[in-house]
Amino acid sequence: MADHQTYYVPEQSKWPIIATVGLGVTLYGVASIMVKSGQGESTTGAWVMFFIGALIMAYMLFGWFGNVIRESREGLYSPQMDRSFRWGMSWFIFSEVMFFAAFFGALFYVRMFAVPWLGGEGDRGSSAMLWDGFQATWPLINNPNPEAYPAPESVIGPWGLPLVNTILLVTSSFTITVAHHALKAGNRQKIKIWMIATIVLALGFLILQAEEYMHAYQELNLTLQSGIYGSTFFMLTGFHGAHVTLGTLMLVIMLIRVIKGHFTADHHFGFEAAAWYWHFVDVVWLGLFIFVYIL
Amino acid sequence: MSAVADTHTQEHHHGPAKGISRWLLTTNHKDIGTMYLVFSFAMFLLGGCMAMVIRAELFQPGLQIVQPEFFNQMTTMHGLIMVFGAVMPAFVGLANWMLPLMIGAPDMALPRMNNWSFWLLPCAFLILVSTLFMEGGAPNFGWTFYAPLSTTYGPPSTTFFIFAVHIMGISSIMGAINVIATILNLRAPGMTLMKMPLFVWTWLITAFLLIAVMPVLAGVVTMMLMDINFGTSFFDASGGGDPVLFQHVFWFFGHPEVYIMILPAFGAVSHIIPAFSRKPLFGYASMVYAVGAIALLSFIVWAHHMFTVGVPLAGQLFFMYATMLIAVPTGVKVFNWVATMFRGSLSFEAPMLFAVAFVILFTIGGFSGLMLAIAPSDFQYHDTYFVVAHFHYVLVPGAIFGIFASAYFWLPKWTGHMYDETLAKTHFWLSFIGMNLAFFPMHFLGLAGMPRRIPDYALQFADFNMVSSVGAFMFGATQLLFLFIVVKCVRGGKAAEAKPWDGAEGLEWTVPSPAPYHTFATPPEVK
Amino acid sequence: MRVHAKRAGALVGGLMLPTLSMADWTVNMTPGVTGTSNEIFSLHMTILWICVVIGVVVFGVMFWSIFAHRKSQGHKPANFHENTVVEILWTIIPFVILVVMAIPATATLVDMYDTSEADVDIKITGYQWKWQYEYLDEEFGYFSNLATPPDQINNRQNKGENYLLEVDNPLIVPVGKKIRLLLTANDVIHSWWVPDFGVKKDAIPGFINEAWTRVDEPGIYRGQCTELCGKNHGFMPVVVKAVPEAEYNTWVAEQKAAAEKERELTQKDWTMAELMARGEKSYQTNCAACHQPDGSGAPPAFPALKGSPIATGDMAAHIDIVVHGKSGTAMQAFGGQLSEVDLAAIITFERNAWGNNTGDMVTPKQIFDYKNQQ
Repeated sequence: MADHQTYYVPEQSKWPIIATVGLGVTLYGVASIMVKSGQGESTTGAWVMFFIGALIMAYMLFGWFGNVIRESREGLYSPQMDRSFRWGMSWFIFSEVMFFAAFFGALFYVRMFAVPWLGGEGDRGSSAMLWDGFQATWPLINNPNPEAYPAPESVIGPWGLPLVNTILLVTSSFTITVAHHALKAGNRQKIKIWMIATIVLALGFLILQAEEYMHAYQELNLTLQSGIYGSTFFMLTGFHGAHVTLGTLMLVIMLIRVIKGHFTADHHFGFEAAAWYWHFVDVVWLGLFIFVYIL
Repeated sequence: MSAVADTHTQEHHHGPAKGISRWLLTTNHKDIGTMYLVFSFAMFLLGGCMAMVIRAELFQPGLQIVQPEFFNQMTTMHGLIMVFGAVMPAFVGLANWMLPLMIGAPDMALPRMNNWSFWLLPCAFLILVSTLFMEGGAPNFGWTFYAPLSTTYGPPSTTFFIFAVHIMGISSIMGAINVIATILNLRAPGMTLMKMPLFVWTWLITAFLLIAVMPVLAGVVTMMLMDINFGTSFFDASGGGDPVLFQHVFWFFGHPEVYIMILPAFGAVSHIIPAFSRKPLFGYASMVYAVGAIALLSFIVWAHHMFTVGVPLAGQLFFMYATMLIAVPTGVKVFNWVATMFRGSLSFEAPMLFAVAFVILFTIGGFSGLMLAIAPSDFQYHDTYFVVAHFHYVLVPGAIFGIFASAYFWLPKWTGHMYDETLAKTHFWLSFIGMNLAFFPMHFLGLAGMPRRIPDYALQFADFNMVSSVGAFMFGATQLLFLFIVVKCVRGGKAAEAKPWDGAEGLEWTVPSPAPYHTFATPPEVK
Repeated sequence: MRVHAKRAGALVGGLMLPTLSMADWTVNMTPGVTGTSNEIFSLHMTILWICVVIGVVVFGVMFWSIFAHRKSQGHKPANFHENTVVEILWTIIPFVILVVMAIPATATLVDMYDTSEADVDIKITGYQWKWQYEYLDEEFGYFSNLATPPDQINNRQNKGENYLLEVDNPLIVPVGKKIRLLLTANDVIHSWWVPDFGVKKDAIPGFINEAWTRVDEPGIYRGQCTELCGKNHGFMPVVVKAVPEAEYNTWVAEQKAAAEKERELTQKDWTMAELMARGEKSYQTNCAACHQPDGSGAPPAFPALKGSPIATGDMAAHIDIVVHGKSGTAMQAFGGQLSEVDLAAIITFERNAWGNNTGDMVTPKQIFDYKNQQ
């Protein structure tokens, strides 16, 4: 604990309260859209509310992060501050891990317990007497009540697009690391090339994922409504896809900041945070590839 | 560092901004702590009013005041508001005020995010409370919102409830990240982990629990959202899902959540009892290990809330044994507190009264918890008033008495004035009697067979319900006295010294009372 | 003012009188009438006494400190603050007590989970807000509804002895036989509990949980639903009547004959008046909890029937919604729950009551044909 420089405590800031209003308005709008469309009412007002909220959020994000970047470039942040950011980002990623854990837990539970019980196996196997003609299989391509939940015709195999996507994401984890080394070596040109490569790989992943979804919906009848297989499949991959999108945006912003020359060889936590996040997204995908697609 | 930094630090030495902008835009941990505490008390009163409605309806058999639909909304909102609006924010408020003072830090690690964490709470509760006025009414499925009552059979406002929970989750996670970063990174030089005050230790572990389980709560409400609005079948057997899946995920969050609401109180009481016993805390290290053990065990006991749902025998036994184990570290803590008092030089000012009542009554709640852990017996206790008695014993004289004890203990530091000791003692005795009168008979009701969450009951339960309601009204009314005491203390009173309690220890007592707007701009040295 | 005060006093006195006259200060669990409930009771008492003893020791030391070691009496504080031996002791001793406690608890639990070799199988289905009992070996079943009149609940009538704990058709079981209960639910989670049996098990929609009991003493045993299941969660009691085997066999024979008779009634030619009379009765039992006795409902969850498009419009749509329910709402499919006679009577009643004077009538035979053409 050699460094007891003054810890930077910011002045009053308008951003938290703007962020609160933005988030509240956005989510109230989203909830209104869902409730009103469920009741068959007009959702125009709710959409307007959602967009206003989203605009406030966008304004806030640019403003708040802009503020932080400015302060950082003015040299207000001591190494101790840098450690606060590192702790903050690590624990944020840990919270994301736990968020995914809830969905993985749901997947394991239905596979190990619920579906076999409904099919007549195990401790609650007498449940099968409620579901005539139901066969417990995984992937679940027949549902206990096919009228309420029409089953998918088949599911997506692991060795087509998902394998390609795995290769894309794993490669992108390497390219971002190469870019990071280039940053530490101070080679601007090299960073840019490798970051662009990473972003291209990320976009490739997203396009293929969209392709896969269209295939599932249009040809396989594999949808959110097609029973627990569809539910867990789209929940896990969709949630992951949202994180990839967010990660890609972070990478794009980091690329812009690299071009603007914001980072130095030993002071670039923004870049590292984005890279950590990217690795996290990559690891989650490996979990998905194994547990959702292969097994 | 550079000259720029120096001018910035100098600016910090002026006081708070004027008017409403002080509160809306603040980055000061003391302001934010105050806002958390005020918000928490407001929610405590709101949730308390709902409890009064419940107890008024249950005063006698028959339906008198409210209809069953509204009664269910009251039990649901009472639970949600007390858990997420009153108890949790109160502890975050205490953390905001005290952690930087206790570890010698200038502020929380991430001050702007700190302010956002707070302001998200009023936003979330505005949405939650607004559901009361929506078509179909507020959520009416209990604070545990079991599917499918909360999905297929829930009111339309459930979607708003889900987003309110999401916002609370974001607030808690960011608050917890801030606490961890502050504790791990901003301690004064020389303050090693095993020299940290216990309130800091308990909050470090609480923050870890929060970050680990709040996302799981977000996950389960997201699955609900999908089931309600997008046709998934997570909790519907006809699509291959299982309503019990909801309960597993919910209680994976819910059990650590219980400790989130009690661990900081453990920490605070571990300061107050030594202070008024004028004797160091007995077994500091074992206290730290016990809190750690409780936190770890809290992740593997969740299904003891679900002994009657048909968990297979092996699972049932595992969760029973694991739950019984929690009694060991909890017992160690109680024994240590008693050993701290033993052969001390005791005096009983308001904080000590609340702390001693905490130890006794929380232990009674712990005993009923141990009884509930015995799975076969739990088949008789489960979902009866015995459970209601149990968790109110750990939450009211546990969490809430812990908060009162902390408030009286640190009020002189916050306000610079001593509170009115006579009134505070009155507050204690009325709360103590009211609370026991309200909740002790619930044990008997549960054992005699009264289920929880019912608006009307069979005649043999009438007498104890009436006693319980009288106690609840008494406890409820008494809390207005607390409001009066605090307002009086803020406005004036005998000036408080830097260290108003002769037995108290810690860095927070080295700064003047009231604590200046900015403290520890230069960290103190801890030997 | 004084008059008001007197009136208020009289009112309070009058309201409290029935309560006081029934004074019941039961403070402990019932030992119950089955082997399981007795084992649970002894576990309960054991752990309770363990807690009491620990409490007396711990609080004893504490209160002694509170009285003897006060500053006001000039007690000077000692300065000890750790002792490893003591810490180890008070970790190990509770642990040993817990292990001792876990042994009988495990044995009881294992026994409770053994549902094999049952003499009678009964399937119990929870509905919002009633229980259905089906005797799987005998192929008949029936519903069990709350029998307490609404006037008692709304304080317009004195409350009876078994207020809220009485039903129209109790579950009948033979004494001395092992009865396997297969629990499930039709809508939300319910929980079936009879304290005297030591049986409480959740009824989960789409799954079956098993439990068992063996009642040794004839008698009437009362319990309640213990899982919040919506509006009338407090109003779906469980009543079980345990009878000697001979009486049970007679009763089973009667039930089978009655079921047969009910099937014959379907073929009978019903008049409008007969259907309306039966419809009113069935409506109050099966529909009024949600749609209210006067058909006014409780919108939006439970729409009004009085003047509603369903009850006054197309007859086929009306039959369809009653028989098949409406998915995604609280409206259940009554086709499997009620007999053709009751379905016909209820639909006829709904189409002609409360000013819904459509004059329409549907016969049990028509319902029978409607169900079979599906």
